[in-house]
Amino acid sequence: MTLARDAVLVLEKDMRLELRSRVIVSQVMPFGLLVLILFAFALDPDRRILGEATPGLFWLAVLFSTLLALQRSFAVEAADGVTDGLRLSGLDPAGIFLGKAAGIAVHLLALEVVLIVGATLFYGTAPEGPLLLIATCLAATAGLAAVGSIYGILSAGMRVRDTLLPLLVLPVVSPVLISATQAFGAAYEQSSGTGWRWFGLLAVFAVLYLVIGIFAFETLLEES
Amino acid sequence: MEPVVSFREAVCLLGRFPALAGVDLDVGAGEIVLLQGPNGAGKTTVLRACAGLVPVVEGSASVLGVDLRTDPKAVRHRVGLLGHHSGLYDDLTVADNVSFWTRAGRAGASDARAAMARLGLDGRLADVPVARLSAGQRRRTSLAVMVARRPELWLLDEPHAALDQDGRDVVDGLMVEAVASGATVVFVSHEPDRAAAVAHRTVTIAGGMTAAQDPRSGAPVASAPDGDGPDPDLPDPDVSDPDVSDPVGEVVA
Amino acid sequence: MTALFRPDPDGTSSRGSRMYGYALLPAVLLFLAVALFISPPDSGPDASENSMGELVRIMYVHVPVAVACYTAFFVTAAASVLYLVRKTEGWDTLAAASAEVGVVFTVLTLATGSIWGHIAWGTWWEWDPRLTSTLLMLVVYVGYLALRRAVIDPVVRAKRAAVVGLVAFANVPIVHYSVDWWRGIHQPATISRLDPTIDGMKLFALMFGMIVALAVYGWLMIHRFRLQFAENQLEAKGLDLALTERRAEASAGSLAAPKGAS
Repeated sequence: MTLARDAVLVLEKDMRLELRSRVIVSQVMPFGLLVLILFAFALDPDRRILGEATPGLFWLAVLFSTLLALQRSFAVEAADGVTDGLRLSGLDPAGIFLGKAAGIAVHLLALEVVLIVGATLFYGTAPEGPLLLIATCLAATAGLAAVGSIYGILSAGMRVRDTLLPLLVLPVVSPVLISATQAFGAAYEQSSGTGWRWFGLLAVFAVLYLVIGIFAFETLLEES
Repeated sequence: MEPVVSFREAVCLLGRFPALAGVDLDVGAGEIVLLQGPNGAGKTTVLRACAGLVPVVEGSASVLGVDLRTDPKAVRHRVGLLGHHSGLYDDLTVADNVSFWTRAGRAGASDARAAMARLGLDGRLADVPVARLSAGQRRRTSLAVMVARRPELWLLDEPHAALDQDGRDVVDGLMVEAVASGATVVFVSHEPDRAAAVAHRTVTIAGGMTAAQDPRSGAPVASAPDGDGPDPDLPDPDVSDPDVSDPVGEVVA
Repeated sequence: MTALFRPDPDGTSSRGSRMYGYALLPAVLLFLAVALFISPPDSGPDASENSMGELVRIMYVHVPVAVACYTAFFVTAAASVLYLVRKTEGWDTLAAASAEVGVVFTVLTLATGSIWGHIAWGTWWEWDPRLTSTLLMLVVYVGYLALRRAVIDPVVRAKRAAVVGLVAFANVPIVHYSVDWWRGIHQPATISRLDPTIDGMKLFALMFGMIVALAVYGWLMIHRFRLQFAENQLEAKGLDLALTERRAEASAGSLAAPKGAS
């Protein structure tokens, strides 16, 4: 019960932090849209490549934005002795993990809505299977948030965190990129038969890393 | 009665550097102990070790009856640490911060309000983001968090730093009040005159070791229950004074 | 018996490990002779239509080093778990040594796979499922080693590395399935698919190769582990010295304390 209570407390705190600072809304979301636009510059927009590659480009934009959201989310926990405060607070480490992951997931879901609208607008491809689309977003986001929170706290206090975090996170979440892209491809083409298999893999990924995070966070929160 | 802090030959490492190279320290319940010594002597590490944040790798150490060598985490939520860092979220307001940390420590909203009032943060300052506060105002906010959480052991690292005259008086008053309500205080200060007025006794740390533990007799004791500041005129050599030790006895047991 | 395994004072080898090495060298040469010359090519009357001919020989190297790299990362994961349970430095040392040796074997796996691809497909790199997941695994463990370099405190490093070692290994099957499904649709033939009707000599070459590769892994591990162990001991010695220095500072400092305290 304290687990849920502590998770809600941390989530609430992160939402309030975003409400007061607007870093995700004013910096990370525009960055995600910018990546979508840059893809159009890199790939000739007239040759239908953008339309075919929309699912992959969408998830790449999400992945890059995730790195920024993670750096933001864990920079505030590493600043000015806050990590010590968390260690001394009596909060359940697993609760802190779930709260942080939930906060990141909320930010990412909002970002994904913006990016889906952006992709529809810029690339001219509208999604067809809404159920698969939503399910994929939820499962993929849970996985990204879980892995991101594990590696976020792990690198939070380190001097080299900005360079180390992408190297650690991106290879581990590459199955999310593959699976979510395939599932989105199925959703965009209305052939959701194989799409649900990819959703299954995303769900397994999310559950696996949520469980690892719940058990490992106490160790990672330690300075030593 | 079991001491609140008991270190024997305690060794602590920061990375590979032995910040503490064999510290002996005893603090009884209800004491206000001043740690002094040159820069880099290991005073801050003593406080962090007491809080269960730095592992004790050799010797023996226990705080509030918890063995720091086997289970340092068990002591953490029972102590309060005011370090060099504020421990506050810059983008949140004073009220947000005090509320979050108070609730994290299982204390109520009324405790948070009372603590903010005690530190003079209940007015206009309450809704100001911490990033816009002065160093002294941050210190007051950190202190408010600590007061609201009601720790059994107060660990204060240079609590007077950055505070104005009024703030320093408030800090001294808080230490005395904490002890009166059954807690114990260990603090570091580089202001010998002010610190000696509040402290019951002084322990000198040098080179990661205890250089001198003053005997308890003759140490000045402050008694200012109204919180208006220390009153060094009333020497009270015996810290096992019933007023002080009784409530603590329950806490330690 | 113990004298056989006691490391030399100025090196990482012992009498036992040297004997191991002397035995290993002819075994490797014999294996190469079997794999490259003695064993028959994958062709002839009973070979299936997608037989590999002389190209099969690289399998005898590729598959064993791949097995060694998976073994190495399994050892890293197991040692990481044991470190988290026991909290003794030796398990952390073992995990670190095995990850490093594992990365070497992963590079060898990718190199032999790439050479095979160059001959079989005409390109140095194809997005073959096995090769792709091996490549991802390489990047994950390069990250693991980068983390180890980035943390200075030995206890913090051990704890964080143990979690990453565990996460990295948990990731292997997920990567495997995702890449397999991803590429499996486009390209059914993969490098490691040996003919089911493998004959005696080929099977012998493959098995011999696996034993040799694991033996080489073991030999490298002995030396890497002992090197790390010696470094740890050196640091521990430095710790005694640091403690003495620190205590000397105390006696000197106590004289200066009244001045420094203000």
